[in-house]
Amino acid sequence: MNDTAKAPAAAGRAAAKKELPEHLKAYKHVWVFIEQERGQAHPVSWELMGAGRILADKLGVNLAAVVVGARNEATQAVVRESFNYGADLAYLVADDILTDYRNESYTKAMTDLVNAYQPEILLLGATILGRDLAGSVATTLLTGLTADCTELDVDAEGSLAATRPTFGGSLLCTIFTLNYRPQMATVRPRVMPMPERVEKPIGRVIEHPLGLVEDDIVTKVLSFLPDRDSTKSNLAFADVVVAGGLGLGSPENFQLIRQLASTIGAEFGCSRPLVQKGWVSSDRQIGQTGKTIRPKLYIAAGISGAIQHRVGVEGADYIVAINTDKNAPIFDFAHVGIVTDAVRLLPALTEAFSKRLSPHQRDRLAS
Amino acid sequence: MHIVVCMKQVPDSAQIRVHPVTNTIMRQGVPTIINPYDLFAIEEALRLRQKFGGAVTILTMGPPSAEDSLRKALTFGADRAVLLTDRFFAGADTLATTYALATAIRKIGVEFGPPHVVFTGKQTIDGDTAQVGPGVAKRLGLMQLTYVSHIDNVDLEAGTIDVERRSEGGVQKLRSKMPCLISVLEGVNEMRIGSLSDALAAARATIIKWSAQDAGVEDITKCGLRGSPTIVKRVFAPKPRAEKAQFIELGDKPGDAFVDELFKRRPKLESELEQLTRGY
Ligand SMILES: Cc1cc2nc3c(=O)[nH]c(=O)nc-3n(C[C@H](O)[C@H](O)[C@H](O)COP(=O)(O)OP(=O)(O)OC[C@H]3O[C@@H](n4cnc5c(N)ncnc54)[C@H](O)[C@@H]3O)c2cc1C
Repeated sequence: MNDTAKAPAAAGRAAAKKELPEHLKAYKHVWVFIEQERGQAHPVSWELMGAGRILADKLGVNLAAVVVGARNEATQAVVRESFNYGADLAYLVADDILTDYRNESYTKAMTDLVNAYQPEILLLGATILGRDLAGSVATTLLTGLTADCTELDVDAEGSLAATRPTFGGSLLCTIFTLNYRPQMATVRPRVMPMPERVEKPIGRVIEHPLGLVEDDIVTKVLSFLPDRDSTKSNLAFADVVVAGGLGLGSPENFQLIRQLASTIGAEFGCSRPLVQKGWVSSDRQIGQTGKTIRPKLYIAAGISGAIQHRVGVEGADYIVAINTDKNAPIFDFAHVGIVTDAVRLLPALTEAFSKRLSPHQRDRLAS
Repeated sequence: MHIVVCMKQVPDSAQIRVHPVTNTIMRQGVPTIINPYDLFAIEEALRLRQKFGGAVTILTMGPPSAEDSLRKALTFGADRAVLLTDRFFAGADTLATTYALATAIRKIGVEFGPPHVVFTGKQTIDGDTAQVGPGVAKRLGLMQLTYVSHIDNVDLEAGTIDVERRSEGGVQKLRSKMPCLISVLEGVNEMRIGSLSDALAAARATIIKWSAQDAGVEDITKCGLRGSPTIVKRVFAPKPRAEKAQFIELGDKPGDAFVDELFKRRPKLESELEQLTRGY
């Protein structure tokens, strides 16, 4: 693992000159794997198109969207949409065998495409699907893969500089794959900003056959049980988030967070210890090992602001922290701080907001 | 049934402190633990053995001190533990790690019978990549079943295994074939408390220690730092934000004072909140 334990040793080798083998010099262009399950593109793919666009422009190469899926209208729609998010061209492997994600068939599709068309950079979302696929593809191609990057750039020599938190997130490190191609990286959802969608005509689409029949694939999908919508939290994409931490003192007091959240139309979240204690379900955890959020307003009550929490909320436009300790680290990155007992303040906030956002007020504003 | 569990010894992250001045991690004196995610894999392996008989082999690559975690794993009732340790393995990234682990699993197969299932945890708490399991599967040609929440059925005769795995938008029920690699989702089982006899056996057990050569590594350049395509070039502290939070005093009507203050500072928020609450 390239964590900090090895970083000093590894840094020694960093001086090693880049000597890209001749046959790898043909590898050009930036690819983004467009993740879709059942015809639904994952937003992280569009976020990656934004990041990929910047890399491609710096390198003076094309940005390609790579779409793998069933041969149907939904897949076509994803291909079309990729141009609206900045693709110069798209690669498509469409086959009904690819209706459900399976490691074998998707790995085959991706590795065949890479071998045939040779990209220098390949980006995937660090989602369940993306992590399952990226490890197989990188191992098959015997190339480097940097997981969970928080920043992507190219250096003066045109190599991908992939930055990620090191152990525990206290430090960052920049990782290169100098002598292998493609340079692969995954990025977690919401880490990159969503680029603007601009309606564009569909461009060049290069289709590639899968070259598999169902009998070639060992693993069969017996059934798929989609999550009920009600069980899904929209936390990662919420415009306003209210979260509580250990400072609330009890699971009962966490109700105050839920009440404020529902009053202002926000999603609620929490720090990790609350999940570990079983006060709140794990899909509500915010931070390095939970959700990354990018709301317009984030209100954190009774959260100290440990680095692992901080990396998940830094994309917020405006952070309000409520904490009894004026030296709490959260005040180092919050915009506004209130030094007080959250358990007492939260009900007052709920009341004040519900007065302000009353139906009467709303009608007046709407007119 | 032969089951191999890949496990990693990691620093106990809860006890890591960052040096306030140099911003480097102070590792000295930080206790090591079994990667918490791997405990679910070990428990799942023990449950399979309970049902189908056979043996559980724990494999770890790490420094000689990783023996402690292997011994701990034996106290839960695992049958044997293999420590892959060699200075050639140092500095390995995921690709080099999977080469070493896959080589050792092949050797385990030769020595103790080929595994039906290789388990891993979902990811480690230090590297956090979740990429080693898939890499090992690919190198050994094992069916890859990641994020498994439940093993529904194993048919040893037919060689099939049915699992439920978490996918992005739901649960996939899959039927696959053994040998396979399963990465176990966290929270799907509860680690047993080992028996006294297992604890006594673990204390006496001999940990099998393999160097790269012992494990059958043929190409040392595929190991450790040399075998790693990725290079760490720079380690640095995150940039602190320019200004600290502005503290606001709320007085005796704190709720109203806060809302006034918030909308004064961020005027657009008022209409945005109005929009969000419309229909409530
Ligand atoms: C590998 C790793 C990954 C992690 N991932 C995450 C993650 O994804 N997300 C995450 O959140 N954490 C994560 N953590 C944990 C993180 O390091 C912190 O331990 C955690 O965020 C602390 O939670 P907290 O702020 O709720 O609790 P504490 O740190 O205990 O802070 C409680 C705060 O509440 C304040 N307080 C007390 N009483 C009151 C009151 N009445 N009113 C107002 N304030 C009060 C205190 O002053 C204190 O600042 C991770 C840790 C590790 C090692």
